[in-house]
Amino acid sequence: MPTTEEVTLLDLWASPFGQRCRIALAEKKVEYEYIEQNLADKSELLLRSNPVHKKIPVLLHGGRSICESLLIVEYIDETWPSPSPLLPADDPYARARARFWARYIDDKLFDCQTRLWKLKSGEPAHEQAKEDLVQALTTLEAELGDRDYFGGEAFGFVDVALVPFTAWFHTYEKFGGVVAEELWPRLVAWAHRCKERNSVAMAIADPHKLYDFVLFLKQKFGAK
Amino acid sequence: MGSPELVKVIATFDSPFSHRAEAALRLKGVPYELVLEDLRNKSDLLLTHNPVHKMVPVLLHGGRAVCESLVIVEYVDETFQGPPLLPADPHRRATARIWARFIDDKCTKPLWLALWTNGDAQEGFVKEIKENLALLEGQLNGKRFFGGDAVGYLDVAASPFAYWLEVLEEVSGVSLATADEYPDLCRWAKEYTSDDKVMKCLPDRAKLLAHFTAMKDRYITTARSTATNCLPA
Repeated sequence: MPTTEEVTLLDLWASPFGQRCRIALAEKKVEYEYIEQNLADKSELLLRSNPVHKKIPVLLHGGRSICESLLIVEYIDETWPSPSPLLPADDPYARARARFWARYIDDKLFDCQTRLWKLKSGEPAHEQAKEDLVQALTTLEAELGDRDYFGGEAFGFVDVALVPFTAWFHTYEKFGGVVAEELWPRLVAWAHRCKERNSVAMAIADPHKLYDFVLFLKQKFGAK
Repeated sequence: MGSPELVKVIATFDSPFSHRAEAALRLKGVPYELVLEDLRNKSDLLLTHNPVHKMVPVLLHGGRAVCESLVIVEYVDETFQGPPLLPADPHRRATARIWARFIDDKCTKPLWLALWTNGDAQEGFVKEIKENLALLEGQLNGKRFFGGDAVGYLDVAASPFAYWLEVLEEVSGVSLATADEYPDLCRWAKEYTSDDKVMKCLPDRAKLLAHFTAMKDRYITTARSTATNCLPA
């Protein structure tokens, strides 16, 4: 088991995808080197490690690279099965459900939130982005139900996949007028529960700092 | 392992994503019942078991539903005995999954749009899919299959390019992957479609051709509308 080889994470402080990897590494108590990336001026190391997509996060382990945040989290879970297994080892159905919901989060949330801040407020496309975001989070709220975590009693894969996006609730409210506490009270309570874990508290962004960052992105890339 | 419970696959005959689910089951030697769906008139069975996406394929095993074709392939691999579809080594597993994600996230949409749009937009999509197919082909690296000597997870994931692509090229009149440009990929396509387990769940070519031909005008309309609505990157 190559657990003594060096681990490096190429990442960006604000990225919810990178935060997933940081949470997983912390849950497993894996020591690693964190290297902040400048996406406007991509490093040699990033370009070499992820030549196809040139995106973060990238995990480097003993010289091998893995990209795509959910796949990095699965890799971490398989390479360091304990402590804190994120996917249940002996329940293929529970694993399938976890993968399904993690993909749902990947397919829906980032796209909706990007449209929400990028597009001009008041335009039909902006209204659509808001509707799509609300529908996605409402679906996730229903899926969580009365459980402590998405997998049941233990913090796991889907929680890791979603919790970084909870720091964006403040931004969603500013750009879309959607109040998380009113629309998704279970998700809000679940987010507080997750943040009691050190791995989560240390990884996820400060909501206000994130909002300022998004304002900067909007000025640079948003619709005028 | 829960093997004695009945396995059903809700599918459509023409979908390569439905094929992925069937191929995984056949490669593991798992008997199953195929339930063909009419997507213009979705059944209660489908809507009950995939309420989120209302899409095929859906695997039903002992009454529980697994949705999303690649999730189904991994579920089948983990649940049933038989030759493993994913390698044991975590890095090799991650690599196979990364390229399967690449196919779903970066290839299927530009492929579709390259086939059915026109003008400058089409040129852009053709360039994109050709580049991405070249990257995917690179993963073969002289091997018989993406999985090595035997059909594996990534071969099943890449199956749209083994069989459906060529039929779609004929219907659309758009050539995307000739044997000259993609010798390894075309060789792999023959190997994949010749596998005795895989070939049992490939749709009849004449029927597929007739179906796509009948749908051509609709594909063109929706593809051109999608292309117009694409947000600039």
